[in-house]
Amino acid sequence: MTRATTGIPMTGLALGLCVLILALMAASLVIGPVPFDISHALADLMAGRPSLEAMVLAELRLPRAILGAAVGFSLGVTGAALQGLMRNPLADPGVVGVSGAAALGAVLAFYFGLSSAFALALPLGGLAGAGLATAFLLVLARRGAGTATLILAGVALNSLTGALTALALNLSPSPYAALEVVFWLMGSLSDRSLQHVALTLPFMVLGWILVLATSRAMDALTLGEDTAQSLGFSLPRTRLLVVGGAAAAVGASVAVAGAIGFVGLVVPHLMRPLVGHRPGRLLLVSGLAGAALTLGADILVRLIPTRPELKLGVVTALLGAPFFLLLLRRLKMEGE
Amino acid sequence: MILAAQDLTLRRGDAIVVRDLSLTARPGAMLGLIGPNGAGKTSLLRALCGLDPVAAGVVTYDGRPAAALDRRTFGRAVSYLAQNGRIHWPMKVEEVVALGRLPHGPAEVDAAAERAMAAADVLPLRGRTTGSLSGGERARVLLARALAVEAPVLLADEPVAALDPYHQLQVMEALRDAARGGATVITVLHDLTLAARFCDRLLLMKGGRAVAEGAPDLVLAPERVRDAYGVTVETGTRQGEPFILPWRRSDAEHKP
Repeated sequence: MTRATTGIPMTGLALGLCVLILALMAASLVIGPVPFDISHALADLMAGRPSLEAMVLAELRLPRAILGAAVGFSLGVTGAALQGLMRNPLADPGVVGVSGAAALGAVLAFYFGLSSAFALALPLGGLAGAGLATAFLLVLARRGAGTATLILAGVALNSLTGALTALALNLSPSPYAALEVVFWLMGSLSDRSLQHVALTLPFMVLGWILVLATSRAMDALTLGEDTAQSLGFSLPRTRLLVVGGAAAAVGASVAVAGAIGFVGLVVPHLMRPLVGHRPGRLLLVSGLAGAALTLGADILVRLIPTRPELKLGVVTALLGAPFFLLLLRRLKMEGE
Repeated sequence: MILAAQDLTLRRGDAIVVRDLSLTARPGAMLGLIGPNGAGKTSLLRALCGLDPVAAGVVTYDGRPAAALDRRTFGRAVSYLAQNGRIHWPMKVEEVVALGRLPHGPAEVDAAAERAMAAADVLPLRGRTTGSLSGGERARVLLARALAVEAPVLLADEPVAALDPYHQLQVMEALRDAARGGATVITVLHDLTLAARFCDRLLLMKGGRAVAEGAPDLVLAPERVRDAYGVTVETGTRQGEPFILPWRRSDAEHKP
């Protein structure tokens, strides 16, 4: 391997982020509206005693912590991969259009009353939307569409699904139903169960594997598409892996948690100086940092005493947007 | 490794950009592709390293059709230095150069990158980030990246275009050294003196066709240059080496 001549050694950085994630997950289990003794809950859970504390831990806190880490990892790793694929620091998981389609799928589940019939209708609707959008993008990619075409198709898909979502809200039978949809779209991890985890985590893990497999190709793409190809990397394969992986991971994330903005955009920028701006190394650490950031924001949501609880997507956008502006200013000053 | 093209025709959209062109490039020698803008030099180079499809004809490496080589083997066998190459992220110079070792896996990364940086005279820049480099420095870093592949075939598209005279000579010497070291080198050039001095053979192209191929003094005969480029030239030798200077546009020859 090349020497890690810039930034922090990769293993140390990744391990540090893993420790941070574990600490945040532990905090996420403990922090909530109801005072909670984690040791009792754990003891009850291990012993199979169906106490209230054990149920809160297993049914509410644990899925929330797992999904916080998984959704954050998905957004971070796909944000880094899409920025690397497009060599554009402004790309984010939304640009492939899958998040809009996932949101539309979930909104349709709301609209047709499926969500009141059974709880998993929302994530299932989201996954169906994401699946259709992914199939569309993969067909384009297999027909030899270039990166720019894929992204433009993603933008068009986002516009169309956004319009259809607005149409569903417009035609909503009652203002309460519309409000429910709007709240869902803001993004949240509250009231998710282990069933939600079981339904969406496999798609996210599949997406991570596909995206992380492009690490060396990402490095090669630093030199442009022609040079990357001359170094033996297949562009269609790389596009397929990144777009397919992003679609699976982001589609599942939006399906289970709604739209959580700015994590995928900001996290790669935060991590880039720490890995010497190397796009291949950026993938894993962006995933880990995305997990930490999302868990942190979800803890913050619970610590801010508002009623109703602040939505996670609102908090990440409120924190992310000004932070991103500061980052852009610094990058401009550095002349990059 | 012998790189050969047989009756090559290349298209860009509906237009034919190279027509019925054949060439052979051998190890230990540098072949210069010269010709006016739009002659098809870059298209030819791209097709030789498999970046663009071939409409007709065949490209072979040591007699094997290029299409039959798997991508990984190809990445190790051919190094391509793109025209106006870019470095999209502000990585450190030595890490950019080491990207040339990607086709080889983890073996010999540091040693090969070191040799390449020395050959392209970028060792003093190794710790700088690429965002802080001048255009000429960046061009040399990219040359070092291409040399780091240590491929038996090196294809360089206008490698001296952005360089000052000192570094033009240095880069041409580095390419010649690569050829002397056993590589098959093909380079696109616009400077006819550099082409005459450093290349073992030249292929003069115009309108997608090869109009002359052979030793530099034959290919760069003044009447050939005038026909291909539309310029008259002043020629001579200095310390036993040729120079050839574009002097006037031939359509302006009789104007005062």
